[in-house]
Amino acid sequence: MPKNPNVKKVMVIGSGPIVIGQAAEFDYAGTQACRSLKEEGIEVVLVNSNPATIMTDRDIADKVYIEPLTAKVLEQIIEKEKPDSILPTLGGQAGLNLGMELEESGFLASHNVKLLGTTAATIRKAEDRQEFKDTMEKIGEPCAASLVVENVADGVAFTNTIGYPVVLRPAYTLGGSGGGIAHNQLELEEILENGLRLSRVGQVLVERCIAGWKEIEYEVMRDSAGNCITVCNMENIDPVGVHTGDSIVVAPSQTLSDKEYQMLRTSALNIISELNITGGCNVQFALHPTSFEYCVIEVNPRVSRSSALASKATGYPIAKVAAKIALGYTLDEIKNAITGKTYASFEPTLDYCVVKMPRLPFDKFITAKRTLTTQMKATGEVMSICTNFEGALMKAIRSLEQHVDCLRSYDFSALDRDELIKRMQKVDDQRIYVIAEALRKGIDYDTIYDITRIDRWFIDKLAIIVEMEYALETQPLTVELLKEAKRIEFPDNVIARLTGKSESEIKEMRYANNIVAAFKMVDTCAAEFEASTPYYYSCFDGENEAVETNPPKKVLVLGSGPIRIGQGIEFDYCSVHATWAFSKAGYETIIINNNPETVSTDFDIADKLYFEPLTPEDVENIVNIEKPDGAVVQFGGQTAIKLTESLMKMGVPIFGTKAEDVDAAEDRELFDKILEQTHIPRAAGGTVYTAEEAKEVANRLGYPVLVRPSYVLGGQGMQIAISDEEIEEFMEIINRIAQDHPILVDKYLQGKELEVDAVCDGTDILIPGIMEHIERTGVHSGDSISVYPAHTITDKVKETIAEYTRRLAKALHVKGLINIQFIAVGEEVFVIEVNPRSSRTVPYISKVTGIPIVDLATEVIIGKTIRELGYEPGLQKEAGYVAIKMPVFSFEKIRGAEISLGPEMKSTGECLGIAKTFNEALYKAFLGAGIDLPRHKRMIITVKDADKGEAIEIGRRFAKLGYTIYATRSTAKALNDAGVKANKVNKIQQESPTVMDLILGHKIDLVIDTPTQGRDKSRDGFLIRRTSIETGVNCITALDTARALATSLENKNENPLTLVNIADL
Amino acid sequence: MKAFLILEDGTVFEGTHIGADREVISEIVFNTSMAGYLEVLTDPSYAGQAVCMTYPLIGNYGICKDDMESKKPWPDGFIVRELSRNFSNFRADYSIQQFLEENNVPGIAAIDTRALTKILREKGTMNGMITTNEAYSINDILPKLKAYTTGKVVEKVTCKEKYELIGSKSLSENGAVSGSAKFAAADYEAGIREKKPSLVKTLNGTGKKVALLDFGTKDNIAYSLKIRGCDVTVYPAVTAAAEIIASAPDGIMLSNGPGDPKECTGIIAEVRKLYDSDIPIFAICLGHQLMALAAGADTHKMKYGHRGGNHPVKDLATGRVYITSQNHGYVVDTDNLDPAIATPAFINVNDGTNEGLDYTGKNIFTVQFHPEACCGPQDSGYLFDRFIKMMEVTK
Repeated sequence: MPKNPNVKKVMVIGSGPIVIGQAAEFDYAGTQACRSLKEEGIEVVLVNSNPATIMTDRDIADKVYIEPLTAKVLEQIIEKEKPDSILPTLGGQAGLNLGMELEESGFLASHNVKLLGTTAATIRKAEDRQEFKDTMEKIGEPCAASLVVENVADGVAFTNTIGYPVVLRPAYTLGGSGGGIAHNQLELEEILENGLRLSRVGQVLVERCIAGWKEIEYEVMRDSAGNCITVCNMENIDPVGVHTGDSIVVAPSQTLSDKEYQMLRTSALNIISELNITGGCNVQFALHPTSFEYCVIEVNPRVSRSSALASKATGYPIAKVAAKIALGYTLDEIKNAITGKTYASFEPTLDYCVVKMPRLPFDKFITAKRTLTTQMKATGEVMSICTNFEGALMKAIRSLEQHVDCLRSYDFSALDRDELIKRMQKVDDQRIYVIAEALRKGIDYDTIYDITRIDRWFIDKLAIIVEMEYALETQPLTVELLKEAKRIEFPDNVIARLTGKSESEIKEMRYANNIVAAFKMVDTCAAEFEASTPYYYSCFDGENEAVETNPPKKVLVLGSGPIRIGQGIEFDYCSVHATWAFSKAGYETIIINNNPETVSTDFDIADKLYFEPLTPEDVENIVNIEKPDGAVVQFGGQTAIKLTESLMKMGVPIFGTKAEDVDAAEDRELFDKILEQTHIPRAAGGTVYTAEEAKEVANRLGYPVLVRPSYVLGGQGMQIAISDEEIEEFMEIINRIAQDHPILVDKYLQGKELEVDAVCDGTDILIPGIMEHIERTGVHSGDSISVYPAHTITDKVKETIAEYTRRLAKALHVKGLINIQFIAVGEEVFVIEVNPRSSRTVPYISKVTGIPIVDLATEVIIGKTIRELGYEPGLQKEAGYVAIKMPVFSFEKIRGAEISLGPEMKSTGECLGIAKTFNEALYKAFLGAGIDLPRHKRMIITVKDADKGEAIEIGRRFAKLGYTIYATRSTAKALNDAGVKANKVNKIQQESPTVMDLILGHKIDLVIDTPTQGRDKSRDGFLIRRTSIETGVNCITALDTARALATSLENKNENPLTLVNIADL
Repeated sequence: MKAFLILEDGTVFEGTHIGADREVISEIVFNTSMAGYLEVLTDPSYAGQAVCMTYPLIGNYGICKDDMESKKPWPDGFIVRELSRNFSNFRADYSIQQFLEENNVPGIAAIDTRALTKILREKGTMNGMITTNEAYSINDILPKLKAYTTGKVVEKVTCKEKYELIGSKSLSENGAVSGSAKFAAADYEAGIREKKPSLVKTLNGTGKKVALLDFGTKDNIAYSLKIRGCDVTVYPAVTAAAEIIASAPDGIMLSNGPGDPKECTGIIAEVRKLYDSDIPIFAICLGHQLMALAAGADTHKMKYGHRGGNHPVKDLATGRVYITSQNHGYVVDTDNLDPAIATPAFINVNDGTNEGLDYTGKNIFTVQFHPEACCGPQDSGYLFDRFIKMMEVTK
């Protein structure tokens, strides 16, 4: 069937801010789909509140609206743009829910807008628990015994008939929010209550527990003619019970015979056909480990995290094909872009093994429970490809960048047999390391299987790795042994550690014996057809296929690895733009990255893609083959920066700012010297290694002080200390991981935090704009609300900032991007931090100023000057819009995580509010972050003593807005004394009703809770904050944020929002 | 132990020895299925060939004897990147290594199977030797490799005597409905083998008598008819057409099988007689090629054939595309096909080659791919129902 000629203008809905369960994969899918639509001559209107995405670039869509993703806003955009169709299946659950809302309200029909791809009826059948179950029953596909309930009593009654344990799955939530396994009535009531609240439709599925079964997924495509194919299947190493997003996943399935494989494949096709899905779809099964019994767990009638993974694992571009299908094409009309010869109507076949590992945020949330459940907790993931499973797993481990490089990276050797058996029962991110130790201690496979339900085949593979560790430790290192160790991807440094040799000795021995990495192609067809797409992975047991190219100019772009808090999608945005800019300038481009969710790892972004870990050894393997003229590290976040020294040792020149200058910005002494030379003040401080030294410096400066390790991202490990005890505590935490660099102790200054991103060509600088943080210093810049243009500082401060930026950029010989954070105390400006590289705010500032700074930085790196690029150096004229970047958090997903804001970054994503006025922009920003108030007009205020004065002023404003204020004893007293009416509520340990009862009563809009100075020692405050978050109550921990929210509410009116097409800026 | 794979073009792969300890010369082909190595090994169409699996990890779920497509493995040799040292599946009886040894199939592992596949793709299927003799002489071996032909392999693989399969009388005989097949692990340990789950939902073939000519049939062809209720008589390949016609079947099936169809001159003559009868005929793979030759069409050898479970085939009547299981090195030539004899019914979406024919004015349809799957996708299983319908209408 050819393209539907009636589709001319399509609105694509993005997925909004990055949260756990909905991450970069939708930028990848959306970007691919938009490009695919534009290829067909379709006009694309894009809506997404997330400014860090590539899909919101003006060259990806024709019209770009970075507006809050609410039905009302979408209706306004539809009225303005008049698209003939909308495509809701590429924006994750958020996009799908919105599309459904517009359809169900009749808005689409009344405006003659068609839902492209899968129909609303289909989406309902797949998403509504009861309809889905009925449909499955109709076609004889088994589901676990279950009942959809809308209240706790029904859930308890049903469970009493099927028996504990049961799994609870709220309808219409992402990442399994609010779900869990209940083993008894107490747990059931707790989880059910929470789930009912989080579900958009107030429904939760109570289901027979199939925990321990094999979890198998199929990615399926179907077109309007009914043709269907499976792109790939995947097997979760962690059995049912752990969310697939948190599982180690292997593709294709390894332990299924053809009978099981085909049984589930046929079932997946039957399901997608019955649901009448057109486009991509993910079907999850639970397969009984010792029978052919299976259950359909769920179906996602849209592209998903798994489909991004499947695309990268096979080379089959699911989102691109889904977009073409939505336009009416059939699978046999769509060319397979990898082979260029075959069509989309075929099933990829792999001749390698793929392993995905989750990137879990427990290094950020040290108080959080590490337990893995049906609720997803990972912020990102890594994928690796090898000719064998062991190798793929070893590569995935070292791709995580969590100080792990082998199965010994977490040390459980102190545990004895019984302790290990007990420890294995804990399902967490460290379980494979525990199993490895169990194998070392001789615990047999059956025992491990009985506890973990991880298939014996995988246990055996872990055993092979453990055996290799032992062989390397105990046997002489022969060429044969080394070869085998490399075949299963032991990195040189691990071999060195185990053999007691040095890493360079191992490398020399390898090179002397020609044990070098070879690169194989991902071609969708196991070499059956010739493919020309240079998408490579490495192995040590084959011939090299990477085609040697000798273009005039060749550049290596280092990606940013897995998405984590502090290093998000922004760096992928920068890497991709830099790649495009180099390409435009005539360079052959090579990307190395290991994140399957990103645009940068799409096979047609760079001339060559290497899907590899970002460690020095892995990068060197590629350098040896490609011999690039240079590498850029300034766009790939800390991941890339960390490789600078190694690249230089390999003889690869660094394009742009030199490594020694990057060092100078990070090295305290060198940097102090530069500040002295340039006459720029900074907070006093010192560098230390031990707690003793730290206390000495702190006492010299006077408390409070900031303590942090150097060379980290997102303020990891950064703390404000107010006493010697806290210094001791923080130093102990920081020094748990051996530090290569000294720890910094600085005087804590309180003032306005300001930030700039600038391009420097060696002589001139270009500053697109100054951003001002709403929260005062002490809150990490990534967690602050950021306002462009800076609106409360004087011109003099602006000039000083521009001047300091110029001086610093020149002193550091910056070529390319530089990010600087300042504090303004009155008219005085101090430097906090300088990063001679791209930053989190680069996409945001580029979009709102219309100045493409990554492209400019790349051109500058290549040798152009700012003037040659047509820009007048210096601070650019302020845009006619106010753009506010709002952080978005995923606290509800991480049980036990401390939510109060501080110097360590905690947000997972961001959204933008852009408007002519500050107030409207602020309102949009809050709305985009999901804070849509007022609802019940009730709030709780509980603040520490130092904040009481400010709390009164804030309380007064909320009271004026009609809010009823509840407050704990001392806060209530302060408010009432100042004439702000506040109802006193009891503290948690006191008699009911307490503050907790109030929160759990679901009638509270907002909690303002400022933790006591430094780290909150009060269990009360922590409990209040956690309970608020888990009950879906907005909780604010910084008074500046509260003040901004009050402003936003005070200016809320019934007028429709003004819309801004970013592509016009 | 070291092993070597020596190709006709002089390429030598060094790997490790697996399976039986003997030297073998054979035609080297590759299969791209990711699961189903046992079905591949026991597919008689591989007689006279050594198979290289492009998927690198083989043997993971061991050998589940129930899944064999014939009594024994047929390939002369087995070529893999990695043979799993351990296996894991609730139905596994023993390891693939043991299976290869017991059935005297030699093989080679730890070679770059992708590099081998690329050679076969670029230069076409060629002969090769698997040996453990480190002192091999390439000059002595190459002429032997060039001289090798698979020869008349159908005779080797066909059944010696006819046998019958009684059609299922009730759906419960076919095993549990897909998805509800619960196995008692303890029973399984004790050797009780429950039926695999069945996809069939009606016994639409009840009362139909089918004669299946075995040119090297996979068991699942007869089984696919049986579970639909058909009574199946399986005849040796050399059975005279007269005998089959005399048994008055409702329909005739021609099975898959190995080798060059043109070598089967005697069989082609008998198939012609079946063509001339008015009995409905459904043919698969080699059967499809033999029918084409019998009706006057031509076949030719493909460069490297189709072997795997991911081949898209388009039904020209409906435009629908099905993913199919395939195993063939020869193909029916449709360039000069007389539409008075037959018209193409299916084509391969990848390369446009013929995948099926409808015979003009006859109740005969034939396909190049494998609707019986095993291994591979079950999407085209509906063709058995089409055959049953055809028998019904003709009756």
